[in-house]
Amino acid sequence: MLPTEFAELEKFSKWCLASEPERYAKRLNSSMPEMQAFYNAITPRAEEAIAYCDKFSLDDMPEDVLNLMHLLYSMIMVSFPIECWKQPRVPDSGATALDCLSEPVP
Amino acid sequence: MARFPKPPEGSWTQHYPQLGTAPVSYEDSTSPAIYELERKAIFKRAWLNVGRVEQLPRKGSYFTKELKVVNTSIILVRAGSGEINAFHNVCRHRGNKLVWNDMPLEETSGFCKQFTCKYHAWRYDLDGNLTFVQQEGEFFDLDKSRYGLVPVHCEVWEGFIFVNFAPEPEQSLREFLGPMITGLEGYPFEKMTSRWYYRSEVKANWKLYMDAFQEFYHAPILHANQSPSKYSKAAAEAGFEAPHYRIDGPHRLVSTSGIRAWELDSEMRKPMEEICQSGLFGPWDKPELGRMPEGLNPARCDPWGLDSFQLFPNFVILIWGQGWYLTYHYWPTSYNSHIFEGTLYFPQPRTPRERVAQELAAVSFKEYGLQDANTLEATQTAVESTAVDRFLLCDQEVLIRHLHQETAAWIEDYQRKTAGV
Repeated sequence: MLPTEFAELEKFSKWCLASEPERYAKRLNSSMPEMQAFYNAITPRAEEAIAYCDKFSLDDMPEDVLNLMHLLYSMIMVSFPIECWKQPRVPDSGATALDCLSEPVP
Repeated sequence: MARFPKPPEGSWTQHYPQLGTAPVSYEDSTSPAIYELERKAIFKRAWLNVGRVEQLPRKGSYFTKELKVVNTSIILVRAGSGEINAFHNVCRHRGNKLVWNDMPLEETSGFCKQFTCKYHAWRYDLDGNLTFVQQEGEFFDLDKSRYGLVPVHCEVWEGFIFVNFAPEPEQSLREFLGPMITGLEGYPFEKMTSRWYYRSEVKANWKLYMDAFQEFYHAPILHANQSPSKYSKAAAEAGFEAPHYRIDGPHRLVSTSGIRAWELDSEMRKPMEEICQSGLFGPWDKPELGRMPEGLNPARCDPWGLDSFQLFPNFVILIWGQGWYLTYHYWPTSYNSHIFEGTLYFPQPRTPRERVAQELAAVSFKEYGLQDANTLEATQTAVESTAVDRFLLCDQEVLIRHLHQETAAWIEDYQRKTAGV
């Protein structure tokens, strides 16, 4: 699914999700060890991945590059549980939702 | 030890003496009777923002808004002339809702050449004229020119579409906005087309959520764990101070100073901010937007954080120093519930790297928003208990006093004007 340079991240390809609602739902349904493993694997490669995507235009991304972009968006999504909350959900947000109904593509 | 000078009166609150300094009541957020008055006195009289012109890119583009607070649904459409029209979403024949999709109470949008009622195929053009009646000859003395869609007053300012449900608005939109808001003219709103739209149903009065976003006294505390402990400890010790507050007619402004995140010690930043070169305040690499209007950054802060313009009654335009803006809308659905909408607008990213930086800003917005929203149901129910009937407000919460006072003033004005009628 990903450019061959990032083959080691293939095992996290379930995080290649095109929309915020999908990424947020996967975050809430993942365990902390799962997200920690993903975070640990992708953050050291993040700068390289961004630089790789940057070789392409946003209007015309090959599918594997688009998948890599979506993986970067998921990296951002899991960074909050990992770097701030120590749990998937924002603490004390049990009664609250904030649904993302529209976002830029890609 | 104030970091920013206060007005000569000694405080921002005393600078606006009509506000007083006494503890305030939030009965206007717990009373069904006051909510019914707000609907008539405020929401059927004030100009209400319902969106932006970019949502109607070409002739025939339309969207609907469900406005329970004024008990109606409206259609916004770009007509052939390029003008934007607003109509009540009601077919003149038997009262069916004209534009809806699958779920009659949900908002929809799209493109059409004309509106055709699902029920008996009556048709209306983009200017609301009734153009076709099925089996017209079966009707009695039907003059189609008398049965167009019912219009709603609609005006556009800087690309923001406003409607007004008064039979005749008491002020034009520009008069209503006044000098503080029109001082934003020239900001490149039209260039900000990379858009995120968030929505939630909040079990609290609409004003309580506005209050949550018109003071930043809470920021170092409620949001402490969003930042590395070294940063949040320093922020809590410093507390929050705004360099500037302003009240102009029914509208309010709080302006804040900024930080240069990229100049901070790296222990003060989260690793993800480092990777994406971005954060809640926006991408570190600020887009070139040209000269900013005079009405922005009134304290001339450098670095400047944001200006949050609170437009009465229920609309906020918040402009970030880092070159993007967001809006909030609070649409009441009852005395203790409302629909919240948060919309983020960035310039079109030129590269994937810029797009990734915007993503972190947008995701951060939601994390903060969830923290802000989750206090509301707790506040609503606690205030409703009536165990406490007066609450303290500090000088950094001055705008809260004004919103509740302005709400009362509109109700009083309405009651005075309708009393003799």
